Amino acid sequence: MSKDNQVLEELTSKEYEHGWTTDIETDSAPKGLNEDIIRFISAKKNEPAWLLEWRLKAYQQWTKMKEPTWANVKFPEINYQDVIYYSAPKQKVTPKNLEDVDPELIKTFEKLGISLTEQKRLTGIAVDAVIDSVSVATTFKETLGELGIIFCSFSEAVQKHPDLVKKYMGSVVPVNDNYFSALNSAVFTDGSFCYIPKGVRCPMELSTYFRINAANTGQFERTLIIADEGSYVSYLEGCTAPQRDENQLHAAVVEIYAMKDAQVKYSTVQNWYPGDKEGKGGIYNFVTKRGLCYGDSSKISWTQVETGSAITWKYPSCILRGDNSMGEFYSVAVTNNYQQADTGTKMIHIGKNTKSRIVSKGISAGHSQNSYRGQVHIMKRAEGARNFSQCDSLLMGDKCGAHTFPYIDVENSTARIEHEATTSKIGEDQIFYCLQRGIDEESAVALIVNGYAKEVLNQLPMEFAVEAQKLLALTLEGSVG
Amino acid sequence: MLTIKNLQAKIGEKQILNGINLEVKPGEVHAIMGPNGSGKSTLASVLAGREEYEVTGGEVSFEGKDLLEMAPEDRAREGVFLAFQYPVEIPGVSTINFMKTAVNQIREYRGQPTLDAVSFLGVMKEKMKLVEIDQALLNRALNEGFSGGEKKRNEIFQMAMLEPKLAVLDETDSGLDIDALKIVSNGVNKLRNKSNAVIVVTHYQRLLDYIVPDFVHVLYKGKIVKSGTKELALELEAKGYDWIKEEVSVL
Ligand SMILES: Nc1ncnc2c1ncn2[C@@H]1O[C@H](COP(=O)(O)OP(=O)(O)OP(=O)(O)O)[C@@H](O)[C@H]1O
Ligand SMILES: [Mg+2]
Repeated sequence: MSKDNQVLEELTSKEYEHGWTTDIETDSAPKGLNEDIIRFISAKKNEPAWLLEWRLKAYQQWTKMKEPTWANVKFPEINYQDVIYYSAPKQKVTPKNLEDVDPELIKTFEKLGISLTEQKRLTGIAVDAVIDSVSVATTFKETLGELGIIFCSFSEAVQKHPDLVKKYMGSVVPVNDNYFSALNSAVFTDGSFCYIPKGVRCPMELSTYFRINAANTGQFERTLIIADEGSYVSYLEGCTAPQRDENQLHAAVVEIYAMKDAQVKYSTVQNWYPGDKEGKGGIYNFVTKRGLCYGDSSKISWTQVETGSAITWKYPSCILRGDNSMGEFYSVAVTNNYQQADTGTKMIHIGKNTKSRIVSKGISAGHSQNSYRGQVHIMKRAEGARNFSQCDSLLMGDKCGAHTFPYIDVENSTARIEHEATTSKIGEDQIFYCLQRGIDEESAVALIVNGYAKEVLNQLPMEFAVEAQKLLALTLEGSVG
Repeated sequence: MLTIKNLQAKIGEKQILNGINLEVKPGEVHAIMGPNGSGKSTLASVLAGREEYEVTGGEVSFEGKDLLEMAPEDRAREGVFLAFQYPVEIPGVSTINFMKTAVNQIREYRGQPTLDAVSFLGVMKEKMKLVEIDQALLNRALNEGFSGGEKKRNEIFQMAMLEPKLAVLDETDSGLDIDALKIVSNGVNKLRNKSNAVIVVTHYQRLLDYIVPDFVHVLYKGKIVKSGTKELALELEAKGYDWIKEEVSVL
């Protein structure tokens, strides 16, 4: 075995860092899915009748749909009756502020490096912490409230801002958009809600941190971000889960609605448990994320660093409806061991002079499979639309796979589309050059990989970028062959 | 400092080094010359620990330690530096970032405290002057799109940063324009002292006009077939290698 391979073996066996569970009493629904479970969830959340109806309708639609099979991923059939659809950390009182939150929960998040307490004030990031489908704490509410910004859990928004929720929920991702969005619409338990009023520039990063804790629990959260005319917000999302032998289901929906001149930047560092090195366990991550550039000159930008999950099925997309609107997608997807990722984006150009930019960097190691799937659709009315796509794949070792599936539909002849794709391997020469300068092999790979992904990492807010770099290094160090 | 005894190495099935003997003492400059394909870069790679080359015999001691036993990164940390004939590109990684990682890993290995960003930049600014390299170049991705000469200058900048005990410069002069050759050579000379040594691999006398060697060796078919002082280089420049090849075939 060559030394590179040896290092590869050593490092790919590196343990998942967030693989612990917290001992918290939970309040769960029985396993399985039927109308009663949905009524149970809705009642637990004290929801208005219209929402229960909405859920039941979604459930009806879901039962008539089939799991999609077109993605380049393989997994045993999921038994949807074997999943727990509601699990909430038991809290004595509903937390009104941080003092009421169970200290165990606060500790859980502190272990993840996320402080929900005072000290977070220094970093200036407002956090909504979601554990097992329920939002446990949202920080900085008052400060944001002074600007008219609403940032709270989805459940709270349903109670306090029902008009906004009713108007926008499902307006970007329709219930029956796909199998998983329908499922989510039926059983979603919580998530984050955010509204930025006209002309307001949100002064701090808003962030949601998701953690799955309880066993056998599916996590189905919804996020809804509404950016009113001329507003701006940068939104961060992070996620982890404990190490478990069985696969857990995560099917989220994120909707972004941008009005005229509004700008939304949505960044994700996804670090769900990927399964062990034999491919046992790990999160099945089936996520629907979509932004609607409804107003003219609006802009939505997705940045994602995907390092976790056993299976990733995720295509953050932009519907460019407003004239001169712009969509961006920056992605680094890393797969190692037996991970499978099928991820990419859709850019639907409807308005005139709409622009989109796609930069996708796939990195595959071990026995993993990494696919980029992207669609660029220029509709008839989209005079002068432009797209630029760059899809790069980096391979480490010879047991993994990288695949690119670009789909391009052009219905307007004035459109300009550029597509570039490359596949490369980390070179022995590059590694040796680093070694010769006294840099060990792990750091060498970290350097090279971070260099490769730089264009995407540069899009992340500072604090997240550092975390993302560490994560990349941790997932991949030394995976050369 | 460096003692090479009967060193033999091959790549794949091809034997390239056929028993090299060389002794380098602190403060010395050795020039290694020889026709294309004679094994000069191979020797440099073997010293630096490139895995593709299999050492089939002989020994190398560096500062009393068995060099061949050491991992390549440890050889670098012990003070062996190789300026590559063909420096590789590393997209997205600036020379600054690259050097900061290298300097700090070496310092850690030596039990010295690592340098923070500010002190690192301080050291860097100083070394930049030595080889007259522009910071704009160091901010760019390592060697990516660098001209041939810029790559070579960057190698010597790295040498300045790492202050090796033994530097092996593999055709550092190739690609440098006349002025750059002078600047880079002067840089190397300024880095020389009583306790370090340099091995320069070159085809031309012009480099040796600036970096004056104490010894000149001719490598041919994987062996040092002739050694002499700086006059040998002048003789080679005038007469080429044929007479040496003939001498060898007579033996
Ligand atoms: N990977 C390899 N596979 C096969 N042969 C190799 C390999 N690497 C080097 N060689 C051969 O080994 C011999 C010595 O090469 P080396 O690069 O050491 O020569 P050199 O003296 O540095 O030449 P130059 O002056 O042209 O730089 C050459 O014949 C070369 O083709
Ligand atoms: Mg050579």
